[in-house]
Amino acid sequence: MQRSFIAKNPSVLIFFACLALFTLAVTVLSEGFGVGLASTSFVKTLGKTLCLCLIAVAMDLIWGFTGILSLGHFAFFGLGGYMIGMWLMYERTRLIVVESLSQTEIPPTPSEVVDAIGNQIFGVVGSSEFPMIWAFADSLVLQLALVVLVPGLLALVFGWLAFRSRVTGVYLSILTQAMTLALALYLFQNDSGLRGNNGLSGLQNLPGVTASQDFVSVWFLWASAGALGLGYALAAWAVSGKFGSVVRGIRDNEARVRFLGYSVETYKLVIFVLTACLAAIAGALYYPQAGIINPAEMAPIASVYLAVWVAIGGRGRLYGAVIGAAFVSLLSTWFTGGQAPDIPLGFYTIKWVDWWLVLLGLSFVAVTLFAPKGMGGLIDLWTRRKSPNRHGLDLGPDEGALREQEASK
Amino acid sequence: MKRLYLLGLAALLCCVMAAAQASDIQPILQEHKQIIAKSARKTIAPAIDAIAKSGSPQAQTVLETWAAKAMWMRKSDGVFFAGEKAEDKQYRLFDFDSGEVAGTYPKADLKQIKPNSGIRAMIGTALVQFQLIDPDAARRQAALTSIQRDPEVRFLAPLRASIEGEPDVKLLAQKRRLERLLTISFDKNTEARVNAIEEMSGDLGVDLRATLNPLVATTRDVALGEVPSGLNIADILAPGTEFFSRTDAYDLLVIKSLAQPKVTANDIRNALAANIDGGRVAGIPVARLDNDTARHRAYDILAKAGQAPARVTTDDVDAALASHVFFESYYEPSPDVTTAANASLTAIGLRVGLNQTLDLALDALSLTSIYFLAAIGLAITFGVMGVINMAHGEFIMMGAYTGYVVQRIIPDHTLSIIVAIPLAFVVTFTAGVAMERLVIRWLYARPLETLLATFGISIALQQLAKNIFGTQARPLTAPEWLNGAFTMNDVVSISYIRIAIFILALIFLGVFLFIMKRTRLGLETRAVTQNSRMAASMGINPGRVNMLTFGLGSGIAGVAGVAIGLFAKVTSELGSDYIVQSFMTVVVGGVGNIWGTLAGAAMIGFLQKGIEWLNPSNTLAAQTYMIVFIIIFIQFRPRGIIALKGRAAGD
Amino acid sequence: MSTLLEVSGVSVSFDGFRAINNLSFRIGEAELRAVIGPNGAGKTTFMDIVTGKTKPDEGRVIWGEKSISLLKMNEAKIAQAGVGRKFQKPTVFEDQTVQENLLMALKKPRSWLSVLAYKPSTTDLDQTAALAQEIGLLDALKRNSGELSHGQKQWLEIGMLLAQEPRLLLVDEPAAGMTPQEREHTTDLLLEAAKTRAVVVVEHDMEFVRRLNCKVTVLHEGSVLAEGSLDHVTSNQEVIDVYLGR
Repeated sequence: MQRSFIAKNPSVLIFFACLALFTLAVTVLSEGFGVGLASTSFVKTLGKTLCLCLIAVAMDLIWGFTGILSLGHFAFFGLGGYMIGMWLMYERTRLIVVESLSQTEIPPTPSEVVDAIGNQIFGVVGSSEFPMIWAFADSLVLQLALVVLVPGLLALVFGWLAFRSRVTGVYLSILTQAMTLALALYLFQNDSGLRGNNGLSGLQNLPGVTASQDFVSVWFLWASAGALGLGYALAAWAVSGKFGSVVRGIRDNEARVRFLGYSVETYKLVIFVLTACLAAIAGALYYPQAGIINPAEMAPIASVYLAVWVAIGGRGRLYGAVIGAAFVSLLSTWFTGGQAPDIPLGFYTIKWVDWWLVLLGLSFVAVTLFAPKGMGGLIDLWTRRKSPNRHGLDLGPDEGALREQEASK
Repeated sequence: MKRLYLLGLAALLCCVMAAAQASDIQPILQEHKQIIAKSARKTIAPAIDAIAKSGSPQAQTVLETWAAKAMWMRKSDGVFFAGEKAEDKQYRLFDFDSGEVAGTYPKADLKQIKPNSGIRAMIGTALVQFQLIDPDAARRQAALTSIQRDPEVRFLAPLRASIEGEPDVKLLAQKRRLERLLTISFDKNTEARVNAIEEMSGDLGVDLRATLNPLVATTRDVALGEVPSGLNIADILAPGTEFFSRTDAYDLLVIKSLAQPKVTANDIRNALAANIDGGRVAGIPVARLDNDTARHRAYDILAKAGQAPARVTTDDVDAALASHVFFESYYEPSPDVTTAANASLTAIGLRVGLNQTLDLALDALSLTSIYFLAAIGLAITFGVMGVINMAHGEFIMMGAYTGYVVQRIIPDHTLSIIVAIPLAFVVTFTAGVAMERLVIRWLYARPLETLLATFGISIALQQLAKNIFGTQARPLTAPEWLNGAFTMNDVVSISYIRIAIFILALIFLGVFLFIMKRTRLGLETRAVTQNSRMAASMGINPGRVNMLTFGLGSGIAGVAGVAIGLFAKVTSELGSDYIVQSFMTVVVGGVGNIWGTLAGAAMIGFLQKGIEWLNPSNTLAAQTYMIVFIIIFIQFRPRGIIALKGRAAGD
Repeated sequence: MSTLLEVSGVSVSFDGFRAINNLSFRIGEAELRAVIGPNGAGKTTFMDIVTGKTKPDEGRVIWGEKSISLLKMNEAKIAQAGVGRKFQKPTVFEDQTVQENLLMALKKPRSWLSVLAYKPSTTDLDQTAALAQEIGLLDALKRNSGELSHGQKQWLEIGMLLAQEPRLLLVDEPAAGMTPQEREHTTDLLLEAAKTRAVVVVEHDMEFVRRLNCKVTVLHEGSVLAEGSLDHVTSNQEVIDVYLGR
């Protein structure tokens, strides 16, 4: 019985092997380190996809395991991106400013440098003053800490308020969506201090790094793969033991867990904050690869897409979330990027750029209706994993403890 | 046409006053023959005055003819005529006094009097007194409007003179009001002005505020030692307050050339750069000038050597500020008038505030009805079936597009709206029923998955609309009779479309209550809501009830779409603009109760307007704060304002 | 015998309907008590109040030798204090194994950090095995509890309750839907449990109550109608009226 964590969870090992193999393959094919079969922009796409897989793992933890359909995790993702973006933008602008000011006859004073940076960054929103929230932008360490702290704190405050008042189910989903909308709207303002709808840009350039994007893209791929591996392991470890038992219990029957003496609210809050931090880390790795971040990224719709990925991949199993996020986001890139061939019907030509969303929406409905286990269900077929014979309907994780008596009503 | 009319009028007057030779205009014209012929702006005033004050019935005609460049002088004797072009460069002349044709002359024999624009403006002013008593009411109105637009002191007297004998009641009121306003602005007698101000105090007209505001306009000034006498002082300013910082004060001194300009950091840098000498400035190596202390030291050495103006020290600033007195003075010299105007503006401000509150309440009410319309369908499906329909916004959009398509087929706007409303209901009802049968029915036990499946439908529908109608906004035009606004005064007004939407919301409330309380469907729906299994065992088919309820909710969304499309742009994103607010409305109001939805809509509508009022420049922030408020509100009433126990309540 | 739980003068109403009306109830340590009463007598609401699910409008609920008021505590705190509850419907976590279910219930620190760091020790595993033995599920330890029969789920739930080591057990209709043999087993489990702790059994079935052979409290319209041995209360005219109609 006393087996190690890895021995109990062979899927983690398989996942690590696949991830390592994938990273190695991309490195070998990349322009920077390998034969150059995979273009730098494609490497970036793959790196970004790994980040999306990480946030999908977070989403699976909160939704698939704890049963809270959060429609707000992209807000944390975006906040993480903003936090790292602030340092990237500040530092890069500082280097440029110092470079250009060194051409002048008189060496610049520190305050002149800061003013010039402020002018460069906030010129687009008609300001040159640094807002309070940029106080730590000159320090990589502090800003890296903020990547986790700011979304974590937001999640803590929001989660505490929401869970304390026992808001559950669709109410909670709507509330998280509202939170995302409020945050996005707030950031859209020019005086929010984060450049309004211009967002932060030029994030792909690492300050002080002279290597070309060919190399930087692979570094980020490694970093993303590492983060995904660690995040996956952390999530798998958390849900494998008694903690996992409790959160799955919360998902299936919250009241029962409460009467067992567990403080359901605290557990939910812990998971909410933990997943928010995971999402933020994913975001902090994603946006330097995307190069630009603006409030539109945090629109409520993004978080709903996240739920779509996890649902298509298969909830309640971490690899399902990863498969779903990778599959749907890459397919989406392929279709909307105009690479998919158009289908001429004679009287009408189906352009996938226009029709992809229709296809996605409908296939999503189909998955919900016909394959609630998502693509992870296919792996069940393959491993012939035996699911409990529920005699009645499969109610899914969100509806009580799969009570067959009620299921057959 | 105008010419003919004038001539006819002139002729008529001529006949009546044939005997009144004394008031003939020609002698007066002859008296000022030289200056009229010279037509110079500087010298023309007496001539215009004389004509205007002549009391001759022809004075207006003459001035108008003159301003229209149709006055001619016969070179042979210098007599003035009204001229009209005849054939072959010939001009037909009319006598001003008799109105009769005085003959036709070649152009060479005549001199056209061409007033320049300056003179024409003077003539125009002179004409006002005539236009104010013109028999044609439209022209009197035009004259009043022109005075309102551009009030000047010279209109005061003719306006006063014209009040008596004004037959039209409306015009009389306008004239009286305008006379008061001009009195406030221009009367020479201070007492009369103060009286006029007090008389009109509390009036809400924008024109009154426009008249009063310049009276209390101030300018900032500075004087050495004491405040100069003879000025109408509004306030003595102490430098260093929030509204008048020490920097402001010193800048004012610099502007008034009472102090040396400050040497800015930029000036210092430029001066240093200009004085680099072998890698050193004033003996200090350039490389060490990367901080303010070093720069100041170097600059001070330069200044001592006379190579740059000395820096203004804090002591200099202190001394300069201490020796001067700063004040704000009114442009208006009379203290009585400014006091009265201030008092009046305060009184007006209070009333304007009250009325703005009323206006805000009306705005909020109309927003409430919009949210109510948008949310009611959602509330029905959520309340009765426990189903969150994320595609609800797309049903609203479908309704709006239905309206657009109907308008393309039926061009008459009134008729098309009458057709579009039921058609939108039918279209979205059908769509809703189809969706319920095909998708939602299978997911009743899984509310979160319903949410996601309907979201899938939502993105598909939205993209479909984009593919069909394109991304640009489509117009859905309201009928003519809905244009315009109901105006109570200059502050409170509400557009007819919004009133119509309010009425529509009321109708929906009534229809919904009727269906729920008086019909079989309502009875069955209530039964299914409270206990679906019990209802089923009593012979009610819950499937059918659910289907119809969902259809009803969707149909109402379609009608709401037509209403919303009337004032918003019809785009594929129309629905998603309203969906979050609709959810908020339902969640805040409490599920499954129409009054809860109403309360939720009212709360969100009023809240949004209230926050916008506190921070009018920033609607984005207003929405942010509203959502934050709602999140906090949910803390205290997790089940909404009006909570319902039953199937949807969750426990 | 010292008092473990004392409920006094408790009333609660829902939308004007008085579900509990000035109810007073006390139970000592190591006592078995059956609570009977017709539908709507307030049996379940009574349990809701004790476990913290429902807050009463008035009255006191005093717990233990330190006389703590349970009204200020939430469900988890009350459960940690030693009140275990079994629901009417078997509610076990169906996609987890019997062992996981029992481990979750085992009396161990409930804070999230200690739960996260928790590794089942040999004693814990032995304890779950012993419990499984007691409820007759030793063979099913590794099976998903969703695969169990209805009666087995009921036992598992009782086993989870025992694993919690509560000082007071509230059991809601444990015998519903069970075969006669299963009932007997259930009776044994309850009787065994009542030797070391207080057990309150809410039951409809008189036959089952008779087998428990304990003091009986009759609830009617939210307050106590009669209390005593089963024979005593069944001979009470009021109780007969309530049960048989008037």
